[in-house]
Amino acid sequence: MNLILIFIAAAITNNFVLTYFLGICPFIGVSNKLESAFGMGMATTFVMTLAATVTWLINNYLLIPFKIEFLEYVAFILTIASLVQLVEMFIRKVSPELYRALGIYLPLITTNCAILGLTLFVVMRKYELIEAIVFGFGAGVGFTLALVLMAGIREELEFADVPEPFRGTGITLIIAGLLALAFMGFGGLIGS
Amino acid sequence: MSLFREVTKGLWKENPVFVMVLGMCPTLAVTTNAIYGFSMAAATTFVLISSSLVVSVFKRLIPNQVRIATYTVIIATFVTVAHYFLKANFPPISKALGPYVPLIVVNCIILGRAEAFASKNTVIRSLADAVGMGLGFMLALVALGAMRELFAYGEIFGYTVIPNWHPWAIMVLPAGAFISLGLLVALFHVISKKVKK
Repeated sequence: MNLILIFIAAAITNNFVLTYFLGICPFIGVSNKLESAFGMGMATTFVMTLAATVTWLINNYLLIPFKIEFLEYVAFILTIASLVQLVEMFIRKVSPELYRALGIYLPLITTNCAILGLTLFVVMRKYELIEAIVFGFGAGVGFTLALVLMAGIREELEFADVPEPFRGTGITLIIAGLLALAFMGFGGLIGS
Repeated sequence: MSLFREVTKGLWKENPVFVMVLGMCPTLAVTTNAIYGFSMAAATTFVLISSSLVVSVFKRLIPNQVRIATYTVIIATFVTVAHYFLKANFPPISKALGPYVPLIVVNCIILGRAEAFASKNTVIRSLADAVGMGLGFMLALVALGAMRELFAYGEIFGYTVIPNWHPWAIMVLPAGAFISLGLLVALFHVISKKVKK
């Protein structure tokens, strides 16, 4: 039950993009086409789940026993960067088609603050390993959800007559605001 | 003259937030009032200036293949410094900013300037560029923070501006952050267009 709660909280009520403002860069940058938004979401979900697992292990078996928690950020960002590199090599070897589809988005994931944010949340909330994995997966699903929703709206927006100063970033941010407002409606799902 | 221009371009023409749309996460997350916006921008500027300096000093020693990883480690080091400094000297602010201080590591402005500017330019020019970008970031964060604080509480930097203001709860919530920034970006475009004419 607790795991389901963690999943729903990470994916919907405390959506990373719409309530913690994590991963805004890809959210604005890659959300103009539905297809690429979905690909980016999938790749990010994959890296998030892996990153949550690996950084949990590093934190609990390396940083805490040796009392070097101050190296947390350096260790985590290096882990994420090497994970992304590994995933890239793995996908290229196993499925060249998927690699071509995701191609440019993969390296970008390193600087996606949602991933580092996720690993920091795992440490701050003192999750167990299983909880951390579910949390990482849920956060990824929530990220994909927000990205796909946004891409759907932006595809429609191309036919709309937007006032000139709002074109591009302005209107995207305002739509994101409305989306965040809508997601607040889910707040009651879980008592805080 | 050109050094001066290196500083001012970050403020307006290449403003990191309004024009380049970088570093959006902290911009939106911590600007519930002007003071938090200012502290966040100050921490980011410190990291930006220090890492730009280090990157441009060592630019010839850093092998091309591992440059991004090297930049990231340099940035992460200075972020750790900033984080512990805030925690020791300004505990309430450190608490309010929460995970967004460590998240400066992945602020695209810093890595972007290291990669696009500091790795190719002299130390002095990189310093000017970093100062300009930092000030531009500060301008955006303080403007957004002040706007949200004003509509949420009728105050700016904690001083009452509009007495008996009926609070708009939406402005401190995420939705208010997105909408305010959207309006500010539009305003920025209108002003820059007027200035060009």
